[in-house]
Amino acid sequence: MRRVNKDEKSRISLTLNGRKMAAEAEPRMLLSDFLRHSLGATGTHVGCEHGVCGCCTVQIDGTAVRSCLTLAMQAEGRDVKTVESLAGPNGRLNTLQQAFQKHHALQCGFCTPGILMSFTDFLSRNPKPTEEELREVLSGHICRCTGYAGIMAALKEAVGIS
Amino acid sequence: MSKRLGTRVVRKEDPALLSGRGRYADDLPVPAGTLHAHVIRSPHPHADIVSIDATAALAMEGVWAVITGVDIKKISDPFLVALKSPIHQWSLAVDRVRFAGEPVALVVAENRYLAEDAAEAVAIEYTPREAAIDPVEACKKSSPLLHAEAKTNEISVRTFRYGDTKCAFETADKVIKLTVDFHRLSFTPMECFVAVASHNPADDSYDCMANFQGPFSTHPVMARALRVPGPKMRLRIPPDSGGSFGIKLSVFPYVVLTALAAKITGRTVKWVEDRAEHLLAASTGPNRVTEIEAAVTKDGKILGLRMDQLEDYGAFLRAPMPGPLYRMHGAITGGYDIANIDVTNRVVLTNKMPASLIRGFGGPQLYLALERMVQRIAIELGLEHLDVIRRNLVQPEKFPYRAAAGGLYDSGDYPRAVETAVGDGRLDYLKKRRDEAREAGRKYGIGFAVVVEPAMSNMGYLSTLLTPETREKAGPKNGATSMVTVNVDPLGAVSVTADVTVQGQGHETVLSQIVADRLGLQPGDIDVTLEMDTAKDQWSIAAGTYSCRFTPGTAVAAHMAAGQLADKLKRIAAKQLNVMAADVELADGKIRSISNPDNALPFGRVAGTSHWSPVMLPDGMVPALSETGVWNPPELEPPSSDDRINTSLTYGFVFDMCGIEIDPVTYQVKVDRYTSMHDAGKILNPLIADGQMRGAFAQGIACALYEEFVTNEEGAFLTGTFADYLVPTVSEVPPVEMLHIESPSPFTPLGAKGLAEGNCMSVPACIANAIADALGVKDVRLPATPRRIHALMASNGGVR
Amino acid sequence: MKPRPFDYARPDTIDEAVALLAERGDEARILAGGQSLMAMMNLRLADPSMLIDIARIAELGHIRDLGDTIEVGAAVTQNRLLAWPDLTAKLPLLAAALPFVGHFQTRNKGTVCGSIAHADPSSEIPLSLATLEGSVVLRSTGGERVVAAKDFQIDMMTTARRGDEMITAVRFPVHTGRGVAFREVARRHGDFAIIAIAAVIEGKDFAQIGIGGMAGKPLVQRIVMKELKSEIEALATGFEDYEDLHASAALRRDILRNLAPLVLAEAQACAA
Repeated sequence: MRRVNKDEKSRISLTLNGRKMAAEAEPRMLLSDFLRHSLGATGTHVGCEHGVCGCCTVQIDGTAVRSCLTLAMQAEGRDVKTVESLAGPNGRLNTLQQAFQKHHALQCGFCTPGILMSFTDFLSRNPKPTEEELREVLSGHICRCTGYAGIMAALKEAVGIS
Repeated sequence: MSKRLGTRVVRKEDPALLSGRGRYADDLPVPAGTLHAHVIRSPHPHADIVSIDATAALAMEGVWAVITGVDIKKISDPFLVALKSPIHQWSLAVDRVRFAGEPVALVVAENRYLAEDAAEAVAIEYTPREAAIDPVEACKKSSPLLHAEAKTNEISVRTFRYGDTKCAFETADKVIKLTVDFHRLSFTPMECFVAVASHNPADDSYDCMANFQGPFSTHPVMARALRVPGPKMRLRIPPDSGGSFGIKLSVFPYVVLTALAAKITGRTVKWVEDRAEHLLAASTGPNRVTEIEAAVTKDGKILGLRMDQLEDYGAFLRAPMPGPLYRMHGAITGGYDIANIDVTNRVVLTNKMPASLIRGFGGPQLYLALERMVQRIAIELGLEHLDVIRRNLVQPEKFPYRAAAGGLYDSGDYPRAVETAVGDGRLDYLKKRRDEAREAGRKYGIGFAVVVEPAMSNMGYLSTLLTPETREKAGPKNGATSMVTVNVDPLGAVSVTADVTVQGQGHETVLSQIVADRLGLQPGDIDVTLEMDTAKDQWSIAAGTYSCRFTPGTAVAAHMAAGQLADKLKRIAAKQLNVMAADVELADGKIRSISNPDNALPFGRVAGTSHWSPVMLPDGMVPALSETGVWNPPELEPPSSDDRINTSLTYGFVFDMCGIEIDPVTYQVKVDRYTSMHDAGKILNPLIADGQMRGAFAQGIACALYEEFVTNEEGAFLTGTFADYLVPTVSEVPPVEMLHIESPSPFTPLGAKGLAEGNCMSVPACIANAIADALGVKDVRLPATPRRIHALMASNGGVR
Repeated sequence: MKPRPFDYARPDTIDEAVALLAERGDEARILAGGQSLMAMMNLRLADPSMLIDIARIAELGHIRDLGDTIEVGAAVTQNRLLAWPDLTAKLPLLAAALPFVGHFQTRNKGTVCGSIAHADPSSEIPLSLATLEGSVVLRSTGGERVVAAKDFQIDMMTTARRGDEMITAVRFPVHTGRGVAFREVARRHGDFAIIAIAAVIEGKDFAQIGIGGMAGKPLVQRIVMKELKSEIEALATGFEDYEDLHASAALRRDILRNLAPLVLAEAQACAA
């Protein structure tokens, strides 16, 4: 059994975007803060810290979750992926990212990393979703800039819905 | 070579933002040892602060300071306000709190978690006072007073008379009256406020970083509060911002607060607002009660209007308030040719969150009243709503058109815009849908809204708030200077800086299009850096991104700067090419003779001449390839002695039409079909323009149907999380058909107008009109929630 | 919005977990998915002195077909149950209700039992469990007990679970007939329901109806289909006023009057 007292910092290690990393943290450290401020992965954004907006969505063992509702301790030893993992090593955007650019699916870009991480998970399980299913998954995110039209257009193109 | 301006160039900003490589305020590095702040906020809407005991908090390991109003009053001054009224606001409450959520103390600790723990250990004793919540009640003598020295909560009243309104009302066939309430809401950017500050005691200077959006007229307000000259308050704005929509002006009190905390602790202090704080206390659009009366002929011609606008700014007047009450002033007659209008503008303070900048900025409030009135005129006269609109529109031959209150509408063809939108069977379809629905016993309504969309504010409009005599003494205020600098390096690489703040509008891309076209290059050749540094960048009081100033303002300055540079390069090249400068063009990455295109030099080679070989420059030419374009259009004049003011440089046009149905099971208003016609002059980048309009449309839907800051009668704030304050998701935003016609503005060299606010203004009015049509009711309050619709139906003949 | 400090424990077995509960009692909270608990902790509306993270306890990760019931372990996420191949055949009501639970992203982590433990009055899973007359399996160091759904949820966010107990599983009765329907009305897609209605057709003449969002806990009633209109009217008027920011009591009653016949009709159509 892993057990840590409240004011005790312990070393939390996990695999972030394929690299094993570790840092010290109290048990209450949120995964969103741990990724951003302890591990330096600032691509994951914090928008509401109560699980509604979806900006902080990352993948743990391939599953998209809210990192603001997850303790760093819960990700210990797990495989965590963030938006920084998506582009190729030369910075080449993947299909989904390219579709977002083409269809102007982002403006300020603050919500975008979470949306990309949600759909990277969802599309890996459902490569040929309906428009309705895309909409349902997207409804787990708030975007204030776009009105969602560009995002839907990008998603539809990425999955081959014309 | 084909021009890139006007084409769907994809955004230069996107690859970084899509890869997690954005540089937002909370991402930027801070010095080792930076302390983190947490704000303790008032739980009361109105109370006296009896005592603050921080002993237990200060005893906690890692807690550096608990700063109170008493502390900051010693080392700072209250914020300047636009109105000469004894209202004193510091960055922390002094002696008294005036809204639930008002900052009372600042805890500074080694990390945010600890700061929040320490905040719970601070004991604050309050004596609650009765709160003034309702704006109409707050104006009464019996109301509790917010600021005793002001002697009233109604701190500004001004009446304006244009034409002969009295005569219009006397000769009218009918006078129609309506009261319209506009609610409080915010567009809650996904990134909350961030402020970081350090203080250098050696010269008492501050170095601040914040996701501030401008206008930079607020910079002197901050510097004055800190008791330093402007250059000693360096403000840096990060390269990326997670949205603003007007809201991030209101980070400024926290810039001052963190700066003071840095001075007190001797450390860099960082504060990141959380969502609960943001919803409770960041900023809101003002609520407004409008009493509107129209004098009409029986065929629907509006002879005159009377408007009484009571706007509620909450607990304090925050610079540059009361902007929303005056920003639309010159265009207060909207898209209609109405010669006679009397307007009374009243500013009231209440025990609620201070109101401030928000996308639309006074437009949604104005048009809800005006457009609801036009629909009422149709109902009361037994006419078609659309016919009343047609009868009153400003006619195309009248442009440039001087509106009654002074707006100089630059261009447009309003009737053509309207007829195009209703044509192609669009209106017929809605009527068919309405007939079918009503036949089946369902509630279906059609709404219209007409909006004139101002862009690039005349910075002098706020002085209309003052009487002509006071203005005379203070000196004329006008203008709205835009500045952009274009540099060329020794190898011909082009870089651009501009006086805007980034919020996601794609300015980097559009500036690169403008500059590339002028220099004969590709947008990819142009590097645009838009992080701002008040110590090193060009800026004026008008700098920042707000009120659609980019397209008619900054974009023009970029066009000018690049043009100046192109002229210089032509003259340099002319000497080397052995031709006249008039025969030189910049195209395809070359500088060449127009008459003999083979006589050409690479762009970079000519650029290098200025850097390396000033000796080769034409006689008298100053070296250096750095040009700043400065744009200050002559049409933006100060208010006249009879209170007429051209409030903005360009005026676009929006006409909306929609069909809505009340869901018979849930009472939710469902948008069946929505069409929005825009005339924004020349479109600089259709891809980005479309994104701006669709974003504004979604915010219009949010305002009409979902979002509201709710404060109960006692002053308790009820919408403190995203579970209560309902931001629409993709499931709640209906499709919209966007249409365009183009009437280029004659007042800007690019012919382009603003377009990013129109739908924030039109959608609430259009949907309210459709609801009024569906239910046959007069009073429609927004947001039209199922709860409100159900109550309306219950009081209007039954719900089922 | 950062949680207060707490001790963290990640036991490997149920025995270790209940031993911690015996030690810390009410001050400790079970952390499974954390989709409600962590939000409340970030808002400092909940402050357990210890979180017992049970997500990795292998013996809680099962979806087990016990014949007349399906047992879902406390570590099973909502999306895992939704993806269970036998769901539509064995638990068609859950197949209809689960898509309404939060969003894809929260269902990825939120657990079935966590939703039962949280006992929000408008939640879909407690409503489904109550409508199906399922039960909750509780364990303490003193042993195991099984509590019927109707006895488990007492009121808004209040249950019969003792401080030293944890939910190890819930049991949903298998409903092989296809006559079920589930619908809800919320302000936005994925929000807590203003009102949620579950219906299960029982034979030709009866239906079991479950209503969430109208009171502190789900109301379940067997109704006679022939008397549908009057039965629903009686239900609508029978509720005490239950009001919040988004819905007045009158609105709730009218939505119930409008929606219940539709849900029952859908369930009937589905049965046919």
